[in-house]
Amino acid sequence: MRKVAVIGAGMTKFMHRALETPKELAWLAAKPALDSAEMKLNQIDCVVVGSAPDAFDGLHMKGEYLSDGCGAWKKPYLRCYVGGGTGVYAVAQAWFHVASGLFDTALVICEEKMSSCLPHPQAAFLTIFDHITEQPLKPNLLWIFALEQNRYMQTYGIALKDIAAVSVKNKRNALDHPAAQLGAKLTVEDVLASEIMAWPVHRLMVSPTSDGAAAVVLAEEETARRISDTPVWIQGVGWCLDTTYWTNRDLAYPEYVEKAAWMAYRMAGIREPRKEINIAEPYDPFAYKELHHLEGLQLAPKGQAPKLLADGVFDRDGDLPVTPSGGLLGVGNPIAAAGLMKICELFWQLRGEAGKRQVPGKAERGVAQAWGDLMQVGTVVVMGTREPV
Amino acid sequence: MSDRVAIIGIGFTSLQPSTPHASFKELMFEAAQKAYHDAGVEPSEIDSFVTCAEDLNEGLSIFDEYTPDQLGAVQKPMHTLTQDGLHGIADALMQIRSGIAELVVVEAHSKASNIKTPEWLLDYALDPLYNRPLGFNPHALAGLEMNVFLHETGISAEQCAQVAVKNRTNALRNPIAAYPLALTPMYVESSPYVSYPLREAEIAERADGCAVVVLANEKRAHRAQSKPAWVHGVGFANDSATLESRDWVRAEYVRIAAERAYRQAAIQNPRAIHLFEVDDTYAYKELQHLIALGLYSEPAEAGRSVEAGETKPDGKMPVNVSGGVLGMGLPLEASGLYRIVEIVLQLRGQAGMRQLPNARIGLAQSWRGVPTTSGAVVILGAE
Repeated sequence: MRKVAVIGAGMTKFMHRALETPKELAWLAAKPALDSAEMKLNQIDCVVVGSAPDAFDGLHMKGEYLSDGCGAWKKPYLRCYVGGGTGVYAVAQAWFHVASGLFDTALVICEEKMSSCLPHPQAAFLTIFDHITEQPLKPNLLWIFALEQNRYMQTYGIALKDIAAVSVKNKRNALDHPAAQLGAKLTVEDVLASEIMAWPVHRLMVSPTSDGAAAVVLAEEETARRISDTPVWIQGVGWCLDTTYWTNRDLAYPEYVEKAAWMAYRMAGIREPRKEINIAEPYDPFAYKELHHLEGLQLAPKGQAPKLLADGVFDRDGDLPVTPSGGLLGVGNPIAAAGLMKICELFWQLRGEAGKRQVPGKAERGVAQAWGDLMQVGTVVVMGTREPV
Repeated sequence: MSDRVAIIGIGFTSLQPSTPHASFKELMFEAAQKAYHDAGVEPSEIDSFVTCAEDLNEGLSIFDEYTPDQLGAVQKPMHTLTQDGLHGIADALMQIRSGIAELVVVEAHSKASNIKTPEWLLDYALDPLYNRPLGFNPHALAGLEMNVFLHETGISAEQCAQVAVKNRTNALRNPIAAYPLALTPMYVESSPYVSYPLREAEIAERADGCAVVVLANEKRAHRAQSKPAWVHGVGFANDSATLESRDWVRAEYVRIAAERAYRQAAIQNPRAIHLFEVDDTYAYKELQHLIALGLYSEPAEAGRSVEAGETKPDGKMPVNVSGGVLGMGLPLEASGLYRIVEIVLQLRGQAGMRQLPNARIGLAQSWRGVPTTSGAVVILGAE
């Protein structure tokens, strides 16, 4: 197993309606990533792209369409996805491209353009459901997340205001992110006063739909050291897919996230995640999901994440800064790109380049996580300033 | 390669024009069960899974959602690749060589008979701004490409027709082929033009089916129940997705992919390979791909070679003994895995009526169809 590091990162602004085509968005993220590594495209051995449903862009074989915009002209090229978990998974995919010894460098790009799906991309999500048993019920994402949030609240006796506090924190953090779509200074009361989308989910507990792209450059040890003084090492990767039949699962706790996390932690030699991880970027498309995922990531005991949040543990200057970027709630949610944005954030935080968002102290290790499919997949990447074991 | 990887199990359904008796999940279950049985593994031992699928072909978004249960992959690593099955083989190989998995399963399938308007669907693969508004049938791209290919290489339309004759005849000896037919060059040459100079009989018809392949690292492969087929080399590449800037004569994606695969397999002269299973979605494509694989000193030789019967099963360089996709049917993303299935059967000596003598190294190559320039190459060996 070769050691692999992230040596460059870049992203576009996340916004409601980008004027660029999907190819252009991909390149607008790839270019700054290459520039930050001081590399040219001809130094890249392979390109890995993550992009979730083709239905948003109204494109068939979206990966093929994106390929030249991603700089994959005459290069080995793969497009992978696991729904919303894609952004973090794509880094795992590129990690084994390089770790296997087949390639020395990899460019990872995640792109999503949701605004071309009119009148609202929510309609495209209907096609993720089973066409016989579920689609006739006309479900949408708000609907199933309301079920899951309710189950989570009921199981552990969590109050709605504790969940609203996630929106307040993340949207506040996003005010410091130059690429953010929805940074805001809010109170818990503001969140609870916003429209109820599907009880108990309020509008301000939901991430927006966005257009955007993010990119990172990966390299094996020797190349990484030659090119960068401060490579950020990939210490562990993990991913796990649960059964299709989400209705048969206890929605109170994401077991698949736990399994993915332990796969990554074992690789990283982490035994006590709560003590050995300095920053977390869990997936937060809905406010409760951040708490839910922190528990799956073993960073809070089951049902206890809301209390730790209320105690300020997860604030940017807290004991365990969580989503210092502003997350999907604040920066925006162009599905696959949102997950890779979290990897970019860890890269900048661990190099001390996160500007106004920089967490205090000297963070040595962070974890990024994404989630997707039918409340079904967990993807986890552990990154750190120390070489992998 | 240093860390050796082998295919230790294959499972597949027969290819059929339609499969009203089975859902895609049932096709997958059948193929997976056969593959696990062939390899002598329990699904619980498998470390990681890959599914090769395209959302719009499935009629479902985020296809990996619908894979774990029938593959025995619940709460295991699994992801989708929107590529051909051969890319899936490369993906599995990389997972094994990186050390995170010992046993990896690659699945690809086709339920093409569910697609009511396949050409319309392909329309959505065209650039939405520059190409789609022109409103042409995507087969026209193959017609255009064939025209410039014939013009530049000096290969004749009659020679392309010979490919269709050879492959559909070969399929007569393949019990899982969907479109075997003893046909004459006359039949092909009198079929109507779909897009000049491409004729209807030179276009592969779609078929339903599923193939599952089990890959293992060296240690695990030695314990396998079946005879392992070793992966000597893999390569994959894209040319330009943009119609206006690609190479229309040469299959650059194959040349680049093959270069990598040959290097890994330490093959100086590709003619040393005993059998080839290459993409023949359109008859001329077989010739274009063989040229890109570096098998001829000049392009025109590809035409003469098929005419002389060199690529027939009893020729010097057998190509598509299985019948190719012209004879077996085009199972969308599973096309590459059916090429792998044929090579593994040949290497094991289990190819029945179409068994070649001395088949010890075989090459599989795939292309993702119009309008893509995406292809992969995998070289397998018995030792």
